[in-house]
Amino acid sequence: MSTSPESGRERPATGATGSRVTSHEPRLLVATGVRKAFGSVEANRNASLEVARGEIHALVGENGAGKSTLMRILAGLHAPDDGRVELDGRDVTGWSTRQAIDAGVGMVHQHFMLVPTLTVAENLVLGREPRRGARLDRAAARAEVETLGTRTGLVVAPDRLVSDLSVGEAQRVEVLKVLWRGARLLILDEPTAVLSPPEVKDLWGVLRRLTAEGSTVVLITHKLDEVMEISDTVTVMRAGETVGRIATRDASPAAIARMMVGREVRLATDRPEAGGSGPQDEPSHDSRAMSRAALDVKALVVASGRGDDAVRGVSFAIPPGEVFGIAGVEGNGQSELVEAIAGLRRVSSGTIHLGARDITSLGMRERGDAGLSHIPEDRHRRGLVLDYAIADNLILGRQHHFTRRGVLDRGAIAANAATQVAGFDIRPPDPRLPAAALSGGNQQKVVIAREMGREFPVLLACQPTRGVDVGAIEFIHARIRAAAAAGRAVLLVSADLVEVLALADRVAVMYDGRFVTVLPRAQASAAVLGPYMTGLAGRGATTP
Amino acid sequence: MIILAFIVQTLRIATPYLLAASGGLLSERAGIIALTLEGWMLTSAFCAALGAHYAQSPWVGLLCGVAGGIVAAALHAVASIRYRANQVVVGIAINLLAIGTTRFFLRLAFDSSSNSPRVPGFDWFTSSGAGAGGVLDTLASLLNPLVVAGLLALPVVGWLLANLPLGLRIRAVGEKPEAAESLGVDPARVRWVAVLAAGALTSLGGVYLALDQHQFTDNMTAGRGFIALAAVIFGNWRPARVAIACVLFAAAETLQIQLQGLQLVPSQFVEMIPYLLTIVALAGIVGRAVPPAALGKPTA
Repeated sequence: MSTSPESGRERPATGATGSRVTSHEPRLLVATGVRKAFGSVEANRNASLEVARGEIHALVGENGAGKSTLMRILAGLHAPDDGRVELDGRDVTGWSTRQAIDAGVGMVHQHFMLVPTLTVAENLVLGREPRRGARLDRAAARAEVETLGTRTGLVVAPDRLVSDLSVGEAQRVEVLKVLWRGARLLILDEPTAVLSPPEVKDLWGVLRRLTAEGSTVVLITHKLDEVMEISDTVTVMRAGETVGRIATRDASPAAIARMMVGREVRLATDRPEAGGSGPQDEPSHDSRAMSRAALDVKALVVASGRGDDAVRGVSFAIPPGEVFGIAGVEGNGQSELVEAIAGLRRVSSGTIHLGARDITSLGMRERGDAGLSHIPEDRHRRGLVLDYAIADNLILGRQHHFTRRGVLDRGAIAANAATQVAGFDIRPPDPRLPAAALSGGNQQKVVIAREMGREFPVLLACQPTRGVDVGAIEFIHARIRAAAAAGRAVLLVSADLVEVLALADRVAVMYDGRFVTVLPRAQASAAVLGPYMTGLAGRGATTP
Repeated sequence: MIILAFIVQTLRIATPYLLAASGGLLSERAGIIALTLEGWMLTSAFCAALGAHYAQSPWVGLLCGVAGGIVAAALHAVASIRYRANQVVVGIAINLLAIGTTRFFLRLAFDSSSNSPRVPGFDWFTSSGAGAGGVLDTLASLLNPLVVAGLLALPVVGWLLANLPLGLRIRAVGEKPEAAESLGVDPARVRWVAVLAAGALTSLGGVYLALDQHQFTDNMTAGRGFIALAAVIFGNWRPARVAIACVLFAAAETLQIQLQGLQLVPSQFVEMIPYLLTIVALAGIVGRAVPPAALGKPTA
C-alpha cells in the first residue's frame, strides 16, 4: 500500500518568511518536500516542517491546507508519495503507526480515537495490552491509568466507560494514551475545538508541564489567539504547502492570518465598529424589544431521546435586527434547542412563534416557507447531500419552488445556482460539481447561500463556521452581520466563544438544558461567561 | 420423565443454534455481519457428510466439516474485508451459493438430489437413537462432543472477548476500527482472525446437523443460521443473553414438537417466534438492542 518514497527533493519552502527562524535548539523533527495525493486531490504539495526539541510548535493554516495530512504522515497513518521525514536525523519516511509509536511519536486526533464501549483503562492499553499469562491484565491496566494520571495531572477514573466521559475527560484519555506509549513528540490536531475555556487552560497547563519535562508538542489549530498564547514557533500552511515558519514572539495574529490566506483578513476578534457591514449603533435594545419579536420562544421543553429533557424550559425573544448568541459547551441542549425551532425535533411543551405566527407544530417545509432559515450544525449530516451537485444542494428543502408542473425546472435551478455561486463566492464556481468535491469552507458557503440567499426574517445559525478557514469565517461573519443590519433576527449557536462575542448583541449561556445567564454584549466576556459555561456560576438560575 | 425428555430435546435442538450463534457473535463483535451463518452451516454439513461417508468416521466428518466452514468463511472474509464489499450483499450471495454448490456436489458425489447415504455419527451410547425409551438412553444422547461443544461455545467466546488481548482488539475493531488502527492494531487482520474462528465455530453446528441425522439432506439447515443470528441480535450481542436466546428459541421449538398432536397452535406460528422477537429487540420495545457501531462498515 505504501508507495515507496524517493529521497527528498530538497525544494526550499516558498514564502518570504521561510527562514526567519534560526533555531538554536537541536531539531527533533524535519519534514521536507512532502507530497501526498488522495485520488486527484493533492493534500500536500510541498509541505515542510521543522520542530525543535522541547518546543510547542503551532501548525496553522486554512481548512484543507493539508495540516492534518502532514501530521498523519508524521504519525505513520499515511505514507507520503514523495518527500522525506526525519526524526532525530534518522530517515523515517513512510513508517507505520506502530513504528511511530515505538519511536515516541503520538498523535491526538481531532475526532477522538477512542472506543466508546470500552473503559478508560481498556482504551489506554489497546494494542499494547499488559498480560498475565495469555490474559489481559486488567489490574495492571487500571494501575497504569492511575499512576500516569497522578504523574501528569490528567486524572480519569480507569473503570468508566468512555461513552460516559465529558469531552474534556475524553481528551485527557487521548493524551494519556499517547503519553503511556512513551511519546516524546505529541501531535495534537485541533485539541481545543471542543473544550470550554477552563478546559483549554487545563490543557495548556498540561502541555507546558510536558515540554518542561522534555517533550515536544506540535499543535494544529485554527485559533490565532491560541497560537499566540501557547506556542513558541508557528508554521503556516496554505494549499498543501508550507508558506512560512516564524517565532511566535515575532508574530502577530494579523501577520499569521495574512500568511494563511495570502491576503489581508479582518479577524473575528475585531468588532466592526468601523466595519463596512452595516449600522452598529449601540442596539437600542429596549425599544426594539418593544416591537414585535421576529422569533419568540416560550418555555420550550425538548426531550433528548435518552429519556430525559435536553432543553428544560427555555424562553427568549429576538427582535428584528438582533443577533442573539448562545454560548456553552457542546451537549448542553443547544443542538436540541435549535433542532426544535427548526422543526427537526418534536417539542414536548412550550411554543415557538415566528412573528405573529405559531409555528410550534408546523413541518419543515412550512417553516421554511414561513421565513425560517437554518444553517445546521453538521453540514455533512444535515446541510448537504455530498453526492449531489452544488446546484441541487442549493435548492434542497426548497425544491418545490423550482418546479414547473410538478417537474424540476432545470433552467430555474441553474439560474439560481449561477446567482448563488457568484453571490457567495463558492469555489470552484462550477455548479455541476458534487458538494463532496469542495473544501469545508466552500461546502459551508453552499449551505449559507441556500439559507441566506433568499428572503428570511429569521436565521438559525448553528456552528456556522465550524471547521472552515479564516477567509471563509470572515466572509460568513460579514454575511451574518449584514443580515442583522438588514433587519433579520439571528439566533447564533456556537461552541466558539470568540465567535459568539464577535457577532452577538446579547449572549445567553446554556448549561444543562437551561439558560444560566443572558447578558448584553457589553457585559459579556470570556472571563465572565467561562464559569457559567462549566456550570460553576449561575447554577439554579432560571429562565423566565 | 417428560420434563427430562423436554430438557434433553431442547438442548439437542439448541446445539446448532449455540454453535452458530457463538460464531455469529464473534464475527459481529469484530464488525462483520454474520448473515452468512446459514451458508457456512450448510457447507460444513455437506462436507461433514462427505468426510464421514468416505472415511466411515464421524471424526473425519468433523474435520472436513470444519474445513468446509473455514473455507466458506474465508470467502466471506476476502470479499468483505479484503475487497470491502457490502457485507449484506456478500452474505446473501454466499448463502445462495452454499445452497447451489451443496446441491451440485450432492448430485455429483452421491447421485441424489435429496440426500446422502447414511453416515456414522457420534451416537456411541444409544442403541439406535429413534424410538429408544429409557432415561439412560435419553441422557446418553447428550454424550456427544458437539452437544458439549455447544454448551461451552458461548461461555468460551464470552470469556475470550472479555479476557484476552485479542478479545479486547475484536471489541475495539467492531466499534471503532480507526481507533484501533491509530494504536497500531491492524483492523483487517483482527477481522480476519475473528471471521475464520467464527467460521470454524459455526461449522460445528453444521457438522452436528449432518451427523445427528446421519445424512446430508438438501438445504438441511432450513433457516437455522438465521435463527442463530436472530439469537445474537435478540441477545444484544452479549454472550450470556445470546445463550439464553438460543435455548429459549429451542425450547419453543421443542414445545411445538411435543404438542404437535394437540394442534394448539399451528407450528408456523412457533417458527415465527425467533424472528418476531428479533424485530421486537431491534425496535427497542423492550430495551433497545445496540449493535457494534462499526458492524458492516469496511475498514480503511
